[in-house]
Amino acid sequence: MVEFGFKLSPSSRINLDLRDKASFSKLVEIEPDALKCMACGSCTASCSAGIFEETSLRSALLGLQNGDKEKALKLLSHCMFCGKCTMVCPRGINTRHLILSINKIYQVR
Amino acid sequence: MKNNILIIGGGPAGLEASSILVKMGYNVILVEKEKELGGHLAKWDTLFPDGLKAEDLLKSLIKKTEGVKCFTDTQVQSVNILDKSYNVILSNGITVLADALLLATGFDLFKAEKKEEYGYGIYEGVITNADLEQFFKGKFSIKKPKAVGFVHCVGSRDEKACNPACSKVCCATAVKQACHIKETFEEADVFCFYMDLRMFGRHYEDLYLKAQKMGIRFIRGRVSEVAETSEGRLLVKAEDTLSSKPIKVTLDTLVLMAGMRPSESGYMVGHQLNLSVEEDGFFSTKDTMLSLQKSNLEGLFFAGAATGPKTLPDTLHEARSAAMEIDNYLTKK
Amino acid sequence: MIYEGKQKIWADYQKEIPEDHYFYVRSCIRQSFFPASEVTFLDITRNKLGKDIFETEHHTTCGGIAYHSDAIPQETAMTIIARQFALMKKYGYENYVCSCITSFGLYCETMETWREYPELQEKIADNLWKSCHLEFAKPKFLVHASDLIFKYRNQIAAKSKYKLVNVKTGEPLRVVEHIGCHYSKMFPSKGVGGAEYPYVLVGMVEAWGGQIIDYPERRHCCGFGFRQYMIQSNRGYSLSNTHKKFESMEPFKPDMIITNCPGCPYFLDRWQYVIAETEGKTYGENGHGIPVFTYEEVAGLVMGYDPWDLGLQTHQVGVEPLLDKMGIPYDPAKKYLGKNGKNIGEPEKPHCLK
Repeated sequence: MVEFGFKLSPSSRINLDLRDKASFSKLVEIEPDALKCMACGSCTASCSAGIFEETSLRSALLGLQNGDKEKALKLLSHCMFCGKCTMVCPRGINTRHLILSINKIYQVR
Repeated sequence: MKNNILIIGGGPAGLEASSILVKMGYNVILVEKEKELGGHLAKWDTLFPDGLKAEDLLKSLIKKTEGVKCFTDTQVQSVNILDKSYNVILSNGITVLADALLLATGFDLFKAEKKEEYGYGIYEGVITNADLEQFFKGKFSIKKPKAVGFVHCVGSRDEKACNPACSKVCCATAVKQACHIKETFEEADVFCFYMDLRMFGRHYEDLYLKAQKMGIRFIRGRVSEVAETSEGRLLVKAEDTLSSKPIKVTLDTLVLMAGMRPSESGYMVGHQLNLSVEEDGFFSTKDTMLSLQKSNLEGLFFAGAATGPKTLPDTLHEARSAAMEIDNYLTKK
Repeated sequence: MIYEGKQKIWADYQKEIPEDHYFYVRSCIRQSFFPASEVTFLDITRNKLGKDIFETEHHTTCGGIAYHSDAIPQETAMTIIARQFALMKKYGYENYVCSCITSFGLYCETMETWREYPELQEKIADNLWKSCHLEFAKPKFLVHASDLIFKYRNQIAAKSKYKLVNVKTGEPLRVVEHIGCHYSKMFPSKGVGGAEYPYVLVGMVEAWGGQIIDYPERRHCCGFGFRQYMIQSNRGYSLSNTHKKFESMEPFKPDMIITNCPGCPYFLDRWQYVIAETEGKTYGENGHGIPVFTYEEVAGLVMGYDPWDLGLQTHQVGVEPLLDKMGIPYDPAKKYLGKNGKNIGEPEKPHCLK
């Protein structure tokens, strides 16, 4: 191998063909409301943890559907289960329960 | 002597206005360029938001037109403004002296092949909203797809396509069609690529929620280009603006939601009468609030999408208003 | 793929290309990248087809590289271009043909700018007079050299010795075409066939017996793009863009690539070596790369020129597999002999790319 002083830059593009459909389907089975998010951002805006660490249920749901599991779970890893997001969700999603289900399906310790 | 009213365009607006005016006792002549009445409605399968059969609506509209002289497969050849009437020569050789003229010339669907980057007419899997309705009616075939995409705003909100405006009905149509596809092909993944989801009408938001619950994926971003893979499937590129990342997905069918453009036949009539059009190409109304059915010419009225994109309920309301305005005008005269 | 759909688009982007009498300007870099391409163009058009293609040693660079690298302002580039056009007029020509896509794009941009801002045109005419004492002129027809080869494609086919056909299987060769961004992406109407499905190279390939491959990233940049390769630390972007194209065309198994621009064949050719050395990946058959050619080189091969006279030994990716497919004879012993018969030196063998 030759050292040229430059190399390929990794692609940032999401490839939906590679997403993990099975896990998300399992999540939807036990948590049908996961489909109801309309990306309004209320959960992120009111998050108690979010002002310290990047936390967003909206982004996490998107990440899971785009095949970016690591990033998605990281966005929930600082959740303190205070339930403020449940109060503000306009679609009435039980967000606390949803986060617990995500952790269960995606095997977060 | 009964007043003559000539209605140009046999779509929903023309049909509804003609049935009301004929009941008022006027002599109504309806001209339609196609062989069948109904305009775009005749080519559609079901209607948003609740899935009403287009055919049923059209039947009831036509049923009410008893007493109207309908000329189908007929175009306006020339129009002349006389002192207090219009002299109209039709392509079937008949000349009408009309005391009032109603332009219900509607819209044409944007020619999707103009967006070269989407490959309509080049890739077999790329179809339009109108093609898909024909499929639902059993008059167009598509191969059983594993994944289907809908591109909102094709030829709408697009300055380069010469139409910066929103076509109003495509979002709701796309969501309705996406649900219909999901019902037809349960296993298929369905994606809607939208910029803003404009579900403004009664029950429209319910339709959106229904689609979400069916598992239809809404991706906020406009499709930038489409290409064919070595297996003959469609590679679709967009940005998922909610995650600020470019996205790609392989699909089998891509439905282009072609927007509304002013109808060419309406333009031909308007051109002869020197009617003014706005920047969007649709006819200008006398004002923008109180006289939406009136033109700048005495005795010439509008109904429906001739003055810009409209939903079916809007169009039917306008047809009724136009009938009333025409009646007022002829009574005063 | 519905071929008729593409034909409809091609019909919308017709370009008027006069048959004969051209003032020819060369590219700054092609003569070192692809030493025989321009000579072959002149030999085919003048000697084989009997056209009047005039060239003068007084013409210079168009200033494109300096302009696109922000080294000179637009007005300077425009004055250089005005001088080129003035030379055309001075020698009695009104059709202008250039060898380089960067130049072609810049000429189009300049002419369009002058059309929109006549006061700027006047200023440039003034600059030209003050600096060179030359009379301002504009070409009646501006074409790229590939437009001309496209125009003559059937005449070339009629005189061809070889076809873009695999002699062993009788199948048409699978060809990837790349027109170069500045050919028609800026002004789709100035290129043959527009920008989405450009026809200029497709027309040649079809006329000479090959088959075009429309792979998904065919519109993507080749990796040239001045800003991404000029500074070493940016060069990874250039490499990544080329890599993206090769990954996309790989499943289509192309036999060769035909290009339009000075930069595209260079980067599509050389980066295959760098990708091979850094990633261990090759895109041709059995560890070979996909051979990359200029349109003049392909025209030359079709017309029976000796591959080494076409300068194909200066390519990074070996062209032999393609010559074998087309049934073109070549003498391996003469590969590295110069025109004078002396050895020009043999490059070191890459580790990975055959």
